[in-house]
Amino acid sequence: MIPAAFEYARAGSVDEAISLLSEHGEDAKVLAGGHSLLPLMKLRLATPSALIDVGRLQELSYVRDAGDRIAIGALTRHRDLQVSDELARSAPIVSHVAGLVGDPQVRHRGTIGGSVAHGDPASDLPAVVLALDGELVIRGPAGERVVPASEFFHGFLETAIGPDELLVEIRLRKTQGGWSYQKFNRRAQDWATVGVAVARTDGTPAVALVNMGATPLRAAAVESALAAGASPAEAAESAAEGADPSSDIQASAEFRRHLARVLVRRGLEEAGV
Amino acid sequence: MKVSMTINGRSVDADVEPRTLLVHFIRNDVGLTGTNVGCDTTNCGACTILMDGESVKSCTVLAVQADGASITTIEGLAEPDGPMHPMQEAFRENHALQCGYCTPGMVMAAVSLLQENPSPTEAEVREGLEGNLCRCTGYHNIVKAVLAAASAPGGPK
Ligand SMILES: Cc1cc2nc3c(=O)[nH]c(=O)nc-3n(C[C@H](O)[C@H](O)[C@H](O)COP(=O)(O)OP(=O)(O)OC[C@H]3O[C@@H](n4cnc5c(N)ncnc54)[C@H](O)[C@@H]3O)c2cc1C
Ligand code: FES
Ligand code: FES
Repeated sequence: MIPAAFEYARAGSVDEAISLLSEHGEDAKVLAGGHSLLPLMKLRLATPSALIDVGRLQELSYVRDAGDRIAIGALTRHRDLQVSDELARSAPIVSHVAGLVGDPQVRHRGTIGGSVAHGDPASDLPAVVLALDGELVIRGPAGERVVPASEFFHGFLETAIGPDELLVEIRLRKTQGGWSYQKFNRRAQDWATVGVAVARTDGTPAVALVNMGATPLRAAAVESALAAGASPAEAAESAAEGADPSSDIQASAEFRRHLARVLVRRGLEEAGV
Repeated sequence: MKVSMTINGRSVDADVEPRTLLVHFIRNDVGLTGTNVGCDTTNCGACTILMDGESVKSCTVLAVQADGASITTIEGLAEPDGPMHPMQEAFRENHALQCGYCTPGMVMAAVSLLQENPSPTEAEVREGLEGNLCRCTGYHNIVKAVLAAASAPGGPK
């Protein structure tokens, strides 16, 4: 399978990437690791007119301590997250989850920015970004803006990033104490049928769901039940409240709701809530 | 678009269409057919090569993305008439191949695995090879071979 023809331009800097995006118009796409985009292009489910390759922007590959947050460059690859000392100290859930994405070959190419920008509710890292109250730093011709994760995911494969904009940084809260990531799938390298991220940044634990709707979701009913003093087992009962999972070859919507309740309970228990 | 890269120590220059996949470039343009295409959908790992030392699935990389990179394919692990690479030797010793179709990708993934983790446990080997499928399902001996290569005298290369 070979993608449909496209124009290709390699950006040497963030500014150049943004001007290339404006120049090539709406049908151009950013190419990071290519491990979501190229499979779609090979199946001709995506036929961008041009690819703006940002894969070599070393300036966007980093994990830094930014005071009460950690700042992660959008082009940081899953493998680099997995072995980051900074994340091991301040948000180990991110390294752990990066290590569950696909397989080693996928992790050598795929980036956190690509995972988040792709907007696939079945992806692992977006739920972690949501649980850690992420801030997405987006740059475009008009300058830089910061979008909270709660307003970033608009729908299935739709995010707040405009066609001429680049996601440059992801800022996450540091975690405190126990956390958990529960990924349920049938085969080792598969995407999550359902996934659950539990982390504490301050106060009550944050709980986020993978593949329980068109976007990653916060399990708001679980969080408020916990805040009101419910036990983990009681709170987990409301895990699927407000979620709208789909039925597909992996699982029915009803099975997904069941998984969400079970995985949230396990996650809360593992996190020591 | 012009690309130049090093493949198995030899520098290669070519003019490719941007949509050319790296695996097709390696097989059809450079003529190195040791790297196989299995699924063509990023699942099976038959097309695994090393790009700047790390395992990647070359059916899901564009040749233009590899511009300037250093590529190693199965043909590059050993000299044509020299001794085999320790990983190849371990695969032979342990009967880690049946039809052999997955083998080039398995070997390259295993070499990358030992570079990142020189003395893995059995579980770590199994997890480390999760991106490679063997349709003959000879996983048991493949895992044995990788563990043998890891503890071979002189260590993994
Ligand atoms: C076999 C396989 C298994 C996988 N398994 C999993 C899994 O279990 N869990 C999981 O979460 N993921 C999985 N993935 C997806 C993987 O995580 C991808 O790496 C990731 O989703 C996309 O990252 P990328 O850098 O490859 O992005 P690309 O494919 O390059 O881009 C994806 C999309 O995001 C846009 N984009 C990328 N970067 C930016 C940016 N900085 N600014 C604006 N737009 C941008 C692109 O235009 C494109 O639309 C798997 C992939 C494969 C091939
Ligand atoms: S051919 Fe590339 S992963 Fe199967
Ligand atoms: S030996 Fe036949 S596919 Fe692995």
